[in-house]
Amino acid sequence: MPFWKESRLQPLHLSAFTLVTPLGAGVSATLAALRAGHSGLTHCNFLDVDLETYIGRIPGLEEHPVRGDLAPYDCRNNRLAQLAVEQDGFAAAVGAARERYDRRRIGVFLGTSTSGVLSTELAYRQRDPVTGALPPDFNFTGTQNCFSVADYVQRVLDLAGPAVVVSTACSSSAKVFANAARMIEAGLCDAAVVGGVDSLCLTTLYGFNSLGLVSIRPCRPFDVDRDGISIGEAAGFVLLEKAMPQSDPNSVMLLGVGESSDAHHMSTPHPEGAGACLAMRAALDAAGLSPADIDYINLHGTGTKANDASEDGAVCKVFGRYTPCSSTKGATGHLLGAAGVSEAIIAALCIRHGFMPGGLNIGVLDPALQSNYLLQNREQPVNRVLSNSLGFGGSNCSLVLGRCGK
Amino acid sequence: MRVFVEGIGLLGPGLNGWQTSQGLLAGSTPYQEVALAIPPTELLPPAERRRAPLSVRLALAVGQEAVAQCGRNVVELASVFASATGDGDNIHHICETLAANGRELSPTRFHNSVHNAPSGYWSIATKAMMPSTALCAHDASFAAGLLEAAAQVVVDGNAAVLICYDTPYPQPLHAVRPISAAFGVALVLNGKQTAQSLAELEIGIIEGHLSATSLDVRELEALCSDVPAARCLPLLAALAGTGTASVLLDYFAGSQITVEVRSC
Repeated sequence: MPFWKESRLQPLHLSAFTLVTPLGAGVSATLAALRAGHSGLTHCNFLDVDLETYIGRIPGLEEHPVRGDLAPYDCRNNRLAQLAVEQDGFAAAVGAARERYDRRRIGVFLGTSTSGVLSTELAYRQRDPVTGALPPDFNFTGTQNCFSVADYVQRVLDLAGPAVVVSTACSSSAKVFANAARMIEAGLCDAAVVGGVDSLCLTTLYGFNSLGLVSIRPCRPFDVDRDGISIGEAAGFVLLEKAMPQSDPNSVMLLGVGESSDAHHMSTPHPEGAGACLAMRAALDAAGLSPADIDYINLHGTGTKANDASEDGAVCKVFGRYTPCSSTKGATGHLLGAAGVSEAIIAALCIRHGFMPGGLNIGVLDPALQSNYLLQNREQPVNRVLSNSLGFGGSNCSLVLGRCGK
Repeated sequence: MRVFVEGIGLLGPGLNGWQTSQGLLAGSTPYQEVALAIPPTELLPPAERRRAPLSVRLALAVGQEAVAQCGRNVVELASVFASATGDGDNIHHICETLAANGRELSPTRFHNSVHNAPSGYWSIATKAMMPSTALCAHDASFAAGLLEAAAQVVVDGNAAVLICYDTPYPQPLHAVRPISAAFGVALVLNGKQTAQSLAELEIGIIEGHLSATSLDVRELEALCSDVPAARCLPLLAALAGTGTASVLLDYFAGSQITVEVRSC
């Protein structure tokens, strides 16, 4: 079913990006930790959560409020967005783009799964004992509202183009690259800020726990004894622009995006990864590439039994057994709605700095999994990376990034 | 962006299906207070049908109505879901559970809490493996969904179904985000004119602070201002008429969506 026949993508330039993960604030912190094989997962110490698990928590968010004039948007999710905007010269890069284009011609397309729901969870602890009302300082639109992070980022970056939040669980901030590519191609904007923000909350910690999907140890993607995910939080943003003739030959481009649905189950992946195969093939076709052109695959690799088995099968079907691949979730945890953009930026770092990260926390690699899963970092030129994001509801998205001119 | 409408689905208070609502939208029949009645879906397997919350049943019902009209095989349609609210009732129950001792969250409540739950149930129900997305743009969710669905049709070359819905929040959330009623709308869009085309839409974004197109029927105008998904109603009123019409929808502060409607 070649439904993506007409979807050849015009490559887009990742002209600036910024990332805050449990490995640190700024892309260099994540790069250094991946190179050193460090994990950002720690024993759960979030609020009064009484689950035996590990989390990837961003330190200091409690002391890092949103911009003063945007106080109604103050919540953990928007604090994380603010922290990311301040890293890597990102706000200045967007400011320069605002001069080149027009603030009304730069879109904002962001992914989140839970937005500022933590604020609502905590407000429900403070309901009026007589009326049941929420506390008077609770602001729904600035926090819980699924769109609040895009609204906040539009204001902070002074942009007024098209904007939307994609909320498709763990594929959210991969799919936004497709939204931006379509909006630019359709002529509705000239450039776009894409990205994703997801922050720790009780809904995901207790929710994934209720499904038996949370590991009691730091998550171990592709290990024979893997037993679930470690939940993390992150924010990442990318400025996407049309490729210019003067683009640096070493700059990183978005070459392809592929989206699909499993049409199988709400919280369990298709056993043979049928939807993931479709997404990977669609991304390769949109890029005009064949599987042999891909140097490294950043897997979704969550560390649950079913997810890793399903994705491994899909990767082997599309690529065979030799393309090097790994999951970076042993280092970062599962960043949920921010996973797609975080791993796209990690892919860009692999291309820019010539390395492939080995997976962490592996005791014994699962012999039933057949792909070429890296256990050690490799330092070698990397020209093209495919990154997978596969989420609840059977929502799949694959991205292909590559070095300009390759 | 130029697209063609091939099917329409509609459910809301006084609006039980597109076919029976066209007279009211065109101004030829009066508004009658009728509670929302969602036809049961046979598409879902029994286990999923039991677990499906209001938002899912509503979204699937309007989607089914629109797809049935266009006569297309549903597996060939990409889908765009847009909602300001998600499932209001489910969010309330989760927050209540998490504020109580024990925090014993039901796994079904959790998987229904994702904003893309209707998208997931839709693909399970229809077996469509095409791209499907779930969007939110607060009060502008319908406009944002229309832009995205039209862009998919124009750029990717697929026909797509746009499904936009909202459900009310119970108290105490209702006090901070009052949504007066459950409402759902669906449009099947295609990039080329076919025998199934009902109308042509020319969609764009403009700068401006003009008043959005209003509705003559007082109850519909109230619905339009109280429920974000119902902001589609001026467009549906134009689709219920004949000839041409210009519709202006609110988007964000300082920008609006224009839709030039021409009956086919």
